[in-house]
Amino acid sequence: MQGTTEHLAIRVTDLVVGFRRHVVIDRLSLDVRRGEILGLVGASGGGKSVLMRTIIGLIPRQSGEIEVMGSPIDANHDRASRSAAGKWGILFQQGALFSSLTVRQNIQFPLRENLALSQALMDEIATAKLEMVGLNPTDGDKFPSELSGGMTKRVALARALALDPAIVFLDEPTSGLDPIAAGDFDALIKTLQKTLGLTVFMVTHDLASLNTVCDRVAALADGKIVAIGPMHELLQSEHPWVRAYFHGKRSQMLQPRAS
Amino acid sequence: MATAPLLSATPSGDLLELRPSGSWTAANGTTLEALSTGVMPQLDRSGSVKVDMAGVSELDTLGAWMLEKMTRRATSAGHRAEVVGAAENFAGLIEEVRQVNRHNPVPARGLNPVAARVNEIGRSAVSATDDVTVFLQMLGALFWAILGVLRRPRSLRLTSLVYQLYKVGWQAIPIIALITFLIGAIIAQQGIFHFRKFGADSYVVDMVGILVLRELGVLIVAIMVAGRSGSAYTAELGSMKMREEIDALSTMGLDPVEVLILPRIVALICALPILAFIGSMAALYGGGLVAQFYGGMGPAIYIARLHEAVSVTSFQVGIIKAPFMALAIGIVACSEGLRVKGSAESLGKQTTTSVVKSIFLVIVLDGLFAVFFASVGM
Repeated sequence: MQGTTEHLAIRVTDLVVGFRRHVVIDRLSLDVRRGEILGLVGASGGGKSVLMRTIIGLIPRQSGEIEVMGSPIDANHDRASRSAAGKWGILFQQGALFSSLTVRQNIQFPLRENLALSQALMDEIATAKLEMVGLNPTDGDKFPSELSGGMTKRVALARALALDPAIVFLDEPTSGLDPIAAGDFDALIKTLQKTLGLTVFMVTHDLASLNTVCDRVAALADGKIVAIGPMHELLQSEHPWVRAYFHGKRSQMLQPRAS
Repeated sequence: MATAPLLSATPSGDLLELRPSGSWTAANGTTLEALSTGVMPQLDRSGSVKVDMAGVSELDTLGAWMLEKMTRRATSAGHRAEVVGAAENFAGLIEEVRQVNRHNPVPARGLNPVAARVNEIGRSAVSATDDVTVFLQMLGALFWAILGVLRRPRSLRLTSLVYQLYKVGWQAIPIIALITFLIGAIIAQQGIFHFRKFGADSYVVDMVGILVLRELGVLIVAIMVAGRSGSAYTAELGSMKMREEIDALSTMGLDPVEVLILPRIVALICALPILAFIGSMAALYGGGLVAQFYGGMGPAIYIARLHEAVSVTSFQVGIIKAPFMALAIGIVACSEGLRVKGSAESLGKQTTTSVVKSIFLVIVLDGLFAVFFASVGM
């Protein structure tokens, strides 16, 4: 058992999360392999974000075990999540950039707080990250309010990658982007995953990005993972919700590409 | 797995051979920086550089960048640099880092401090005239809406008006009564303490009565209302502006001024005189209590002296100002609310601006009224 966990980035076992009597996540188990891009789909309000936020320790869990990169995450997550700061980076849905800091300062923030580096080196690293996510170094002096939606996501990704984490969590990374920008962002995630050897945990509704970048897709329904596997396996799934999701009217439009 | 990073530099003739080893990762950033600055002098002296990466067990962007910086320093000086022995899985990262930081951005040249200061003064002067325009525009729009309501009385939003009256009037009574009560008490106590030195402590009643009725009652209440209700108006209208609710109203053929702003300002104009009256009474009561327990003056004497000291004119002077102050507060609050842009910071900024501006205007108005009443002899 111990031997098999070596290649796992995240291991969730029998997780239960609820608010008062309303159970959102019901004895859920999920393994995320190292170096893969896992897409998580589920109904709106079905607990996708709750699952992600529970793994990163923002929401307390009622029972169950969570292991990240082989070390357990404490249930009362104060210290544990702090020491895990370098282990993961998170791209929040709205970017969550600090509005009072410039783009460059936003990217430097995790470096400044966690390491003692010279300002010159931090500037170089920030510029390097900016270029890696496909932005111009001159964008570094802008404030978050001056950025377009796509740029905000890219800066947020650069900040999430500031400490070179092993895992990045992406909460609907392509929502609110036009198809071209969304496609570019997908390609960027794929490239970075390859060059940096990242594990990517991505919550998304974007059928195109599930199709093009995800190695595996997990479907969350009724508080459980009802299907998991590569996209073509999920398309064969017999589960009624998964069928409805991938074979509904909207997804039919994508079928010619998928099949 | 994570081992401390090391960097050995062995010069052989003209060639400097660098052997990094261990974890070249962000977690060891401080050590890495020290290591790389340590070899810089050697690097500058030698002709060509060879980096042997065989010993590196972990590498991330920061580590790759430190190594890239060293080789780049050599190549920019016209020397030869090569990287050998990199593990397969690092190749992509090293290649990626080779592309970055090529064009150093020219930092934007700042103005000299004097010019920047002058620039700032100019800009604030322009924005001040802007503020006046916005105020007058809102005043005009309000009168237009009032005319509309007079022509079609049914278009007055009675429910909204009553609700706003409840919020800015009724709900404000406790806090306003408390604050003005305390102010009245403080004035009386200070008056008694100092007037007693020359045996004039019975004149405290004159001071409290005139001060409260003519000036302080209405002024304190107006400032409280600007802080309490003006800011609420700005925040409400601002968040409606942010969520495009005001645009939605306009597209349905409704005038936002008539629907949202008129009931709010009318409610404020009705409520402020009432609150000013309640506030003045609370202040007189506070003064009376202090006069009794601190100054030893019975309630009957206090009331009799008050009767002599103040006239209806003092009360009128105070209360006439109230609706005008309410109008100023309401117009500033609503127009600042409509100036909110898309972001939450702008909402906070406009709310602060609204309170500061309306308190300023209330005090300016008070001064203008003082001049006016002095010249008409009230």
